Amino acid sequence: MNKELFKYTLRLADNALVLGQRLSEWTGHGPFLEEDLALTNIALDTFGTATSLLEYASRVEGADRNEDSLAYFRNEREFYNTLLVEQANGDYAKTIVRQVLVDAFNVLLYTELSKSKDETLSGIAQKAIKEVTYHYRHTSSWVIRFGDGTEESNKKAQEALNELWRFTGELFEMDEVEEELIKKGIAVDLKALQPKWEKQIDELLKKAILKKPENSFMQTGGKKGIHTEHLGFLLAEMQTLPRMLPNAKW
Amino acid sequence: MISLNKENILLLLSQIPDPEIPVITITELGVIRDVLFNADEIEIKITPTYSGCPAMKQMEDDIKSTLKKNGFEKIKLTTVYSPPWTTDWLSAEAKEKLRAYGIAPPEHSTQDKSWLSGKHKTVHCPRCKSSHTKLISQFGSTACKALYQCKDCLEPFDYFKCI
Ligand SMILES: [Zn+2]
Repeated sequence: MNKELFKYTLRLADNALVLGQRLSEWTGHGPFLEEDLALTNIALDTFGTATSLLEYASRVEGADRNEDSLAYFRNEREFYNTLLVEQANGDYAKTIVRQVLVDAFNVLLYTELSKSKDETLSGIAQKAIKEVTYHYRHTSSWVIRFGDGTEESNKKAQEALNELWRFTGELFEMDEVEEELIKKGIAVDLKALQPKWEKQIDELLKKAILKKPENSFMQTGGKKGIHTEHLGFLLAEMQTLPRMLPNAKW
Repeated sequence: MISLNKENILLLLSQIPDPEIPVITITELGVIRDVLFNADEIEIKITPTYSGCPAMKQMEDDIKSTLKKNGFEKIKLTTVYSPPWTTDWLSAEAKEKLRAYGIAPPEHSTQDKSWLSGKHKTVHCPRCKSSHTKLISQFGSTACKALYQCKDCLEPFDYFKCI
């Protein structure tokens, strides 16, 4: 097994899986019907990408785990998603702000990953980029509506941004897994994405009349399996059924 | 028994309707990418319309049952991601079928990327053909659709998004 490729693919997959699970919590609870549909659709695309990536990770691993066992039978410390995607939904402004920060990142990430020398990762990225671009279009328009809306909506969006900003540094963090795979032309150089991401977010925040928080202390750990208190609860809900009935088919 | 060649297999597959939009077939939709004959099996390469499209599983089941009904037992389905599916693969004929069914077909080629940055394209009402329409929701009843309304005949309608 190529250990770096397995871990790299799992990190990509876990970001999609955990975010998809968070978004799906809005199903039936959206502020109005169209937004309920929007978040459900975004969750569905995100789960689709997660499934493709987990399926590939299981092939890279070559053990007896498939995409379902990787999703349902790993424990918290074996999940490698970034802390940002596991943060609780909060109100609608917070969900949208979290989403726009990730969408802007994903557009850049998948654009670069589509050039990967790994054909499967490149193919999954080519597919995902169309979807995340559409998501960004939707979430960025909401950020502008919130920021440039009423005093109340601006306040809620700004508070969400201030709270979530400390989790954005981790998106660009790299370790030996990425470094090894960058040499082989497989992984994306996340450091190189950071200035592009910041520029895009700056422009959006300006349009939305929101203030960019200071780049002070950044939270980190998710990529190594050390998570905030939120992930355990999310996994408990996501994994309970397959763990109670491990061989259930439907 | 139908003889083993690509044309015959494609002919069988072209009788399978899309599970969510039954007026077009899965071959018209463009999800069948190739048919291969391996040692003792037929391999069908398919590509998803959207990563998480729930209809893909139904299509896989339909492909297997259709081929089995026609005497082909060993079937392998392989998912390919590249080149990614695009609405450009819908034929003019398929687009007309969508329109007649009440779904506005994709209006332009995805080679034109301006819509991604939010530039609005005119979408025509599938009923009265008016260009006087408005976007109600960027996401619709399925992953591939957005919701519009006609300002002339006032009917709401689904628009097949360009991707
Ligand atoms: Zn009309």
